[in-house]
Amino acid sequence: MTIVNAVLQGIFLGAFYAVLACGLSLMFGVMRIINLAHGDLAVLGAYVIFVIVEHTGASAFVAFAVALPVMIVLGYVLQAIVLERSLKAGILTPLLATFGLSIVIQNLLQLGFSPDVHSLGGSAGSVTTASWQVTSGLSVSALGLLVLVVAVIVFGGLQLFLSKTRVGWMMRATAEDADAAELVGIDSHAVYARATAIAVGIAALGGLFLGIRSVFDPVSGPTQLIFAFEAVVIGGMGSLWGTLVGGIALGVAQTLGAQIHPQLAVMAGHLLFLAVLIVRFGGGRLLLRSMG
Amino acid sequence: MKVERWTRTSKLFTGGSGGLVILLACVPLIFEPDVVQKLTTLLILVLLAVMWNALAGYGGLLSVGQQAFIGIGAYGTVFFSGLGISPYPAMLLATLLAGAVSLPISLFALRLRAAQFAIGMWVIAEVISIIIRLDQNLGAGTGISLTQLNQYEPNFRQAYTFWLALAFTVVFLAALFLLLRSPLGASLQAIRDDEDAARSLGVRVAARKRLLFVLAGLGCGAAGVLIVANTLFIEPGSIFSVQWSAYMIFMVLVGGLGTFEGPILGAILLFAIQTTFTQGGPWYLVGLGATAALFALVLPRGVWGTVEERLGLRLMPVGYRVVEKKRDA
Repeated sequence: MTIVNAVLQGIFLGAFYAVLACGLSLMFGVMRIINLAHGDLAVLGAYVIFVIVEHTGASAFVAFAVALPVMIVLGYVLQAIVLERSLKAGILTPLLATFGLSIVIQNLLQLGFSPDVHSLGGSAGSVTTASWQVTSGLSVSALGLLVLVVAVIVFGGLQLFLSKTRVGWMMRATAEDADAAELVGIDSHAVYARATAIAVGIAALGGLFLGIRSVFDPVSGPTQLIFAFEAVVIGGMGSLWGTLVGGIALGVAQTLGAQIHPQLAVMAGHLLFLAVLIVRFGGGRLLLRSMG
Repeated sequence: MKVERWTRTSKLFTGGSGGLVILLACVPLIFEPDVVQKLTTLLILVLLAVMWNALAGYGGLLSVGQQAFIGIGAYGTVFFSGLGISPYPAMLLATLLAGAVSLPISLFALRLRAAQFAIGMWVIAEVISIIIRLDQNLGAGTGISLTQLNQYEPNFRQAYTFWLALAFTVVFLAALFLLLRSPLGASLQAIRDDEDAARSLGVRVAARKRLLFVLAGLGCGAAGVLIVANTLFIEPGSIFSVQWSAYMIFMVLVGGLGTFEGPILGAILLFAIQTTFTQGGPWYLVGLGATAALFALVLPRGVWGTVEERLGLRLMPVGYRVVEKKRDA
């Protein structure tokens, strides 16, 4: 039963990773770039929510609703001043520029909030503690279920947006071939700006869940980025639903790893990620050949 | 028209840098140990910048995980010393270990491109860091001292470490210099300029990249060895920190990606900044990150690349240049 429970908790954990990864996956799908500051943007979102909670005493969920437009605007700005320039300059430039941005965000947070850890758990109400005991070894936490439901809504909503709305079609067309899309009158810069805005908005949702689930500090971002990127790769780069599946696979790997040894939780996720890379890029065959 | 490799400036400069090495070698005989320790730090930065540039500037491989090899070099030194091997030979072994580990990693890492390679290397560094944390004999998560170096009197120890740093720096710089000047070098620079075009002309891109990857593994391992020799204490949290990658990226971007001299200039700049803002702190890192991003976006060839382009200046003759022959009047 402990294994079943571990898998269940892994699915809940993985849904959280999927939310973190969703924006990363969208930006890769549309612009073919990986934003190395994605994790830091999620943490920044958590801090914005934290500030609103501190000043108004509102619940973390209400504070998120206030923080969301702020983060969406931030996404537009990010696209306009950093990504737009870097897109023209080859495949390494976006990585370098967003890596620099990541260091800037971490240290600005350090300056504004000290290196201490913060949490949104106290301001999220009873959802953080409620749970249902299914059997003796199996429990379903309200928070875990909430994150899973929200993750499915986010991915489903994004899918609907991409397949049913005009703006979504433009986004898919640009992802397919930006130059051809330009020829039929689609402004790719506007599309990229929208995609980045959505991605940063969803990152803030990831930040909300991060803060409620556990604690965060100014340098939590890189770890979130690694988990998010692992989810994207495990699920298959460029596939949105794949990212949801990838996130859940990562979460399950981590909770199963923790069953063996608590320190192996993160390790198990890394190994799954590396194994997927090896299999996908044919390195496995090469590795075997070189061994014998 | 004729093609030439050496110019007067580059002859002067190459000769001059030989003289500089000899002068540097005398430093421990003249200056106080704290000066020697500072200069060792500078040499470590030079080594790191040059190695990261070898990967990114010539191989197009942007790694955010070179701290894996820094950590292996540092922990390898502690490990081999613990076996009873004398510390300085242990340092050479640890450097070789980093190179040896880079070989199997290259088998699959080099199949990845751009972000996959960058973050893939980062994850590999994390995995190695977790393995070290699990090992009680290596101090687990809390770190470990290189006590074996205490057998030397501090002044001598500092001098030996500096000489080792100088030797490593000269060896790796010379290796890269000779590599870039050899026929292999032309293919490396072709890969840097356009990988697909180079491949279509018959350049064995994968083999060339592996060479750079292993060289960078050895070089970053050597830097790790020097870090533990210089500070005598390491812990996984800092030696495997992604901050090393941040420093390397800063030095190379500011100095000049894909130029031979640029990373050295970048290392001197970072060293100057670090000595000026000794307090360090977040503002200094905000400045570092912002500067790196700015250079990537606005001045992608860095300070040296721009100087080279504008003035046609070449201090180290790693390329060729075409000159008009003087016509008779």
